[in-house]
Amino acid sequence: MKIAIASGKGGTGKTTLATNLSSYLAEFHPLVLVDLDVEEPNSGLFIHGELIHSEDTFKKIPIWDKNKCTLCGLCQEVCNFHSVIKLGNQIMVFPELCHGCYACSELCPDEALPMISEKMGELKYYETGSFSFVESKLDIGQEQAVPLIAQTIAYVEKTFPDDIVKLYDSPPGTSCPVIEATKTADLIILVTEPTPFGLHDLKLAVATMRELKKRFAVVVNRYGIGNDDVLTYCNGEDIHILAKLPNNRKIAELYSRGSLVYKEIPEVERELEKIAIYILNMKVRVKK
Amino acid sequence: MKIAFTSKGTNSESMMDPRFGRTEFILIYDEEKDEYTHFDNRAVEEIAHGAGPQTAQKLFELHPDILITGNGPGGNAATALKQASLIIFTGAGQMTVNEAYAAYKNGNLNKL
Amino acid sequence: MKEIVVVSGKGGTGKTSVTASLSFLGGKDVVTADCDVDAADMHLLLNPDFAYVEDFYSGVIAKIDQDTCISCGKCAQVCRYDAIQVDDGIHTVIPLDCEGCGYCARICPETAITMKEQNVGKWYISTIKTGGIMVHARLGIGAENSGKLVARVKNEVKKIAGESGIDIILVDGSPGIGCPVVSSLSGADFVVLVTEPTVSGLHDLKRVHELVKKFNIKSGCIINKADLNPEIADLIKVFLGKEDIIHLADLPYDETFTKAMTMGQTIIEYKESSLKKDIAECWQKIKHIIYI
Repeated sequence: MKIAIASGKGGTGKTTLATNLSSYLAEFHPLVLVDLDVEEPNSGLFIHGELIHSEDTFKKIPIWDKNKCTLCGLCQEVCNFHSVIKLGNQIMVFPELCHGCYACSELCPDEALPMISEKMGELKYYETGSFSFVESKLDIGQEQAVPLIAQTIAYVEKTFPDDIVKLYDSPPGTSCPVIEATKTADLIILVTEPTPFGLHDLKLAVATMRELKKRFAVVVNRYGIGNDDVLTYCNGEDIHILAKLPNNRKIAELYSRGSLVYKEIPEVERELEKIAIYILNMKVRVKK
Repeated sequence: MKIAFTSKGTNSESMMDPRFGRTEFILIYDEEKDEYTHFDNRAVEEIAHGAGPQTAQKLFELHPDILITGNGPGGNAATALKQASLIIFTGAGQMTVNEAYAAYKNGNLNKL
Repeated sequence: MKEIVVVSGKGGTGKTSVTASLSFLGGKDVVTADCDVDAADMHLLLNPDFAYVEDFYSGVIAKIDQDTCISCGKCAQVCRYDAIQVDDGIHTVIPLDCEGCGYCARICPETAITMKEQNVGKWYISTIKTGGIMVHARLGIGAENSGKLVARVKNEVKKIAGESGIDIILVDGSPGIGCPVVSSLSGADFVVLVTEPTVSGLHDLKRVHELVKKFNIKSGCIINKADLNPEIADLIKVFLGKEDIIHLADLPYDETFTKAMTMGQTIIEYKESSLKKDIAECWQKIKHIIYI
């Protein structure tokens, strides 16, 4: 059972929901929370546990072998990403621009650009006592989130049993990293706010999920602020609203300190219960 | 000395382009010959990512001794330019090329 | 011409609401650019007329010509992204998985593969409710913002400002620390950092400031929702002092922002509030700084 939490824009409360829902749901079912927002992984700021495993993650990039190179310049010509350039009598590789397509390496007539592993980030696995937590973080300067997201998902699939609930905290937006993070999910929870900005970005996220033919539902955060346009839209489009987390200054304060919210605010706990019931029911159906 | 400017036009009256990677032109002033030549860099507009190294490469082929620009090259461009033994001056983004040259002569630009 | 760029690193800090308010205050004396193309929301507050529209092309993806293809399978062998699927001997490209490296096109023995430019969205020139001009863009699904798109929007804004003798350009910058934000910052005269006093807010402020520092651009910071967590707000102020960033304003946690947004208004148009005064003072401060 894989569930991804996503949102059209940043700052809608995606991480708040992911961390609180994990902690709550773990009281009923074994669970692993995975932070796939690898450019800005913030879930870890809210979760404290014992480090079980840590590994560097790598991507393949070409490295220049000066002794074999005849400076023909073919590598520069075949690189569509401008990550290999010829500067005078040397070849320079810009690893953060490289997409790892191997074209320069395999087409080089002199085998002067072998592919080597370069560190792109780190993966860490923690046990919190009630649930497992995996996070990956891109090193500063690295721009390709997709390979790290793919590797993290592969690690989680390999490490945890099939019947555990896997909760993926996805990156914001509607571009490639989100598509990678939600690709294998059974359900995507879209978090939004009942404001014009929230509605606009929700529509983009819904269009993306429909294009990908994914099952999705909505959680409205900061309910009570703004207006009812998000609800009207969801009703009109036949989109299921799983829960409405109340707008409350205290929640914002708890978040600012990095604390879990539902343990102090009962309304939040009640809403989390609705999501949990939906997920656990769905799990039974998926199994059958 | 050959001095390169990031510029918005092809002569010394032109405004400087404060950007490095996406500069429209590279203007070269050869002090000995007292003449200006230019390189049209506008094709860089079509590059989605990695404009910096691409412009650095063009600059490399023009063999200047000094580069005068606006904000200064970003991360990738800076890495590439390290390979060229080039002295870089910044802070000339809002001047004409003539003014930038005078500011450089008077020591009013920041050396990187 | 002076270029002011507003950035935040993290989403949800109120960057777009602040930028829209500054744009409203600037009126016809500024040209506005929305470079936050992934979440381009500023139009919801500024009411643009979408008067001029142009398609935007960026990147390429592979396309296989079925008439020429001999189904040799070499393309699928070299593709590192598994973007070529084979169904009943017919090879086709999965557009969302193709990264556009062009390797398959180079090695295809029948030259049956061409790299096609992708229409990834549109960009617009609009007159907004203040009578001022705004340049903005909208991306299609799965399309990513890029340095190229940001540069295109900014170039257009500069051209308009130059032709109409307007001296201030206001840019809603891209989020994160990648290529689009580099392109947003490149050429700027002043950077406005919008942050919030949360653990993630401070963390992301530091990351984006690293980039601003590289470009050697003068910067100022607005701490939004400053009273939400006074301890972290103090930490931010210490950071600003240490890094020589001008502290422009503390804005209180105030739901008026959202109420105004719900009406499709900037906080400046909405009824009297202390926020309105704070932001107006902030705008005066910024104008003062860029003209010294």
